[in-house]
Amino acid sequence: MTRVFISRDATALSLGAEQVVQTLQQQATARNLPLEIVRNGSRGMFWLEPLVEVETATGRVAYGPVQASDITGLLDAGLLEGSGHPLYQGDIEALPYFKNQKRLTFARVGITDPVSFDDYVQHDGYRGLKNALKLSPQEIVKQVTDSGLRGRGGAAFPTGIKWNTVLNAPSEQKYIVCNADEGDSGTFSDRMIMEGDPFVLIEGMTIAGLAVGATRGYIYLRVEYPHAHAALNEAIASAYRNGYLGDNISGSGKAFHLEVRLGAGAYICGEETSLLESLEGKRGLVRFKPPLPAIVGLFGQPTVVNNVISLASVPIILDKGADYYRDYGMGRSRGTLPLQLAGNIKHPGLFEVAFGMTLRELLYDYGGGCANGRPIRAVQVGGPLGAYLPEAQFDTPLDYEAFTGISAVLGHGGIVVHDDTVDMAEMARYAMEFCVEESCGKCTPCRIGSVRGVEVIERIVQGTQRDQNTRLLRDLCDTMTYGSLCAMGGMTPIPVISALNYFPEDFGIKSDVDAA
Amino acid sequence: MMQEDYLHKQAVAKILLAHQSMPGSLLPVLHGIQDSLGYIPEQAVADIADALNQSIAEIHGVISFYHYFRQTPPGKHTIRLCRAESCQAMNGKKLEQYAKKQLQVGFHETSADGMFSLEPVYCLGNCAGSPAMTIDNNIYGRVSPERFDELIADLKGAAQ
Repeated sequence: MTRVFISRDATALSLGAEQVVQTLQQQATARNLPLEIVRNGSRGMFWLEPLVEVETATGRVAYGPVQASDITGLLDAGLLEGSGHPLYQGDIEALPYFKNQKRLTFARVGITDPVSFDDYVQHDGYRGLKNALKLSPQEIVKQVTDSGLRGRGGAAFPTGIKWNTVLNAPSEQKYIVCNADEGDSGTFSDRMIMEGDPFVLIEGMTIAGLAVGATRGYIYLRVEYPHAHAALNEAIASAYRNGYLGDNISGSGKAFHLEVRLGAGAYICGEETSLLESLEGKRGLVRFKPPLPAIVGLFGQPTVVNNVISLASVPIILDKGADYYRDYGMGRSRGTLPLQLAGNIKHPGLFEVAFGMTLRELLYDYGGGCANGRPIRAVQVGGPLGAYLPEAQFDTPLDYEAFTGISAVLGHGGIVVHDDTVDMAEMARYAMEFCVEESCGKCTPCRIGSVRGVEVIERIVQGTQRDQNTRLLRDLCDTMTYGSLCAMGGMTPIPVISALNYFPEDFGIKSDVDAA
Repeated sequence: MMQEDYLHKQAVAKILLAHQSMPGSLLPVLHGIQDSLGYIPEQAVADIADALNQSIAEIHGVISFYHYFRQTPPGKHTIRLCRAESCQAMNGKKLEQYAKKQLQVGFHETSADGMFSLEPVYCLGNCAGSPAMTIDNNIYGRVSPERFDELIADLKGAAQ
């Protein structure tokens, strides 16, 4: 029986993986070839998806990108023996794009069957939890604090400090909430983990529960991720069956219950307090802080709210120790960051690497430049609230503080590449328009400021009192930055101002260089 | 319509019964209704309010806050086109204009033959396969105008 791996990842499916599976199954039956197709997560090299990997005596051999119409030719050429073919890629892990990554959080993604409990355990799964069960809550929190892990959702707040606050908040009932409302354009690492290794998230949340004394967890998942929903539900059911969720976690006498709740298409619900309101069945209006969710969170109880990647990084920290994780990275950015290359890029995909690589290296050495061969003009890092970077800033290392230093954000690690045909004034206008669409409406700078922002940018582009309107736009952005309740209104000015500063010619404004 | 109202009321009652004891049950209830009926009928709002001991205004406020919930019946198929930056960088706007022209609809509208509803979406997480869209529960990446036509033609063919 030959084992063949074809991904169940949403992007692989969007490129035809399901049709490849069906055709391969039919043809193998017709040719009487014994075959087992494993639906794994994606390796994250999406220019090669749908990727078909065949298990041979000398390891896995990959072919990609494969379409259903290629199957006949592949089988004729000896697909199941790993023979040569124009789509032959060989050992995927030997390709520089994969080999030069440091996959800690994504260690199993693309390798295991995501919903197989046995596969998870065989590939070092639940070792972190096993260690955690031997430690006191304070010791678990100390491990996470010492690892240097900071919130991977974008705010980069130290995870251990957040946990410590919840640990020390006295309450009968505490909660672990996973923020899986990955709404930033250009990001898909949460989705890939949930589809490709859901057990690691479940394990991370269980450890978080032990650490702070929470017995119930919720994964708040965006409704746009139906494949992640299915994988999570399968894995959660399996964890319950195997005694790794429920009233007696792995025979320890400790309880942890977990369920998935769906969002409903509101970007703002990725903001933690808006998310909590939504989980409580309300409009996703942002709450005032303080009190922090760690003190007064879900249903008024102390609550850990962490991003998917933060929680999914916890098992390896508890397995291999805080030092192991902290040894990767630079400065105050410790460990690895799963970066996501998207937009107009030749090699879009997931690239997990220690902090410190430069943007240029990632964009050209691994990303391969623009998909259409044109020059890269601007990249937006950190989602729709992140700065647009011109070529002059591509040598910035991927590090939280280095990005803060250039008034940019690393955020959730999404990188969207634009070629030289991009109209940056239009991108700035769109940033304001997006804020109009997605503002929760609670505070005025965000609700009204974004509407005025669209109008002012349109006037600048039309050439109506350009100087006055440019000053007005900067003044408006200042009000939004300092007057908004949360990051939605507070950070919308970042893409706008960076576009204005680095690409003034697109607004019809002579750049400072020209004027000088 | 009377018959349909009755069936809707039955379906809503069943969903309320299954969910109303959950903490923070309103979103699961609304998802249940939309999954079952395709939208949240006006008549359901009072029943939800009654079951959850909330006001009609509160329920209406929640439904109208979230882009995903709809209060009118959708077409036979719902197309969600991504408008976010990654897809824009890969000709997403051209695809949007093309889709609107081919289907003769704008966003939030349903084609005259009742076949297709077109909705905008801000990111499907398929940014490595931009431009992206979904039709019902299926996801598609690197969608060219030709690919769009093929997918629409397949669905029209299947309906005949």
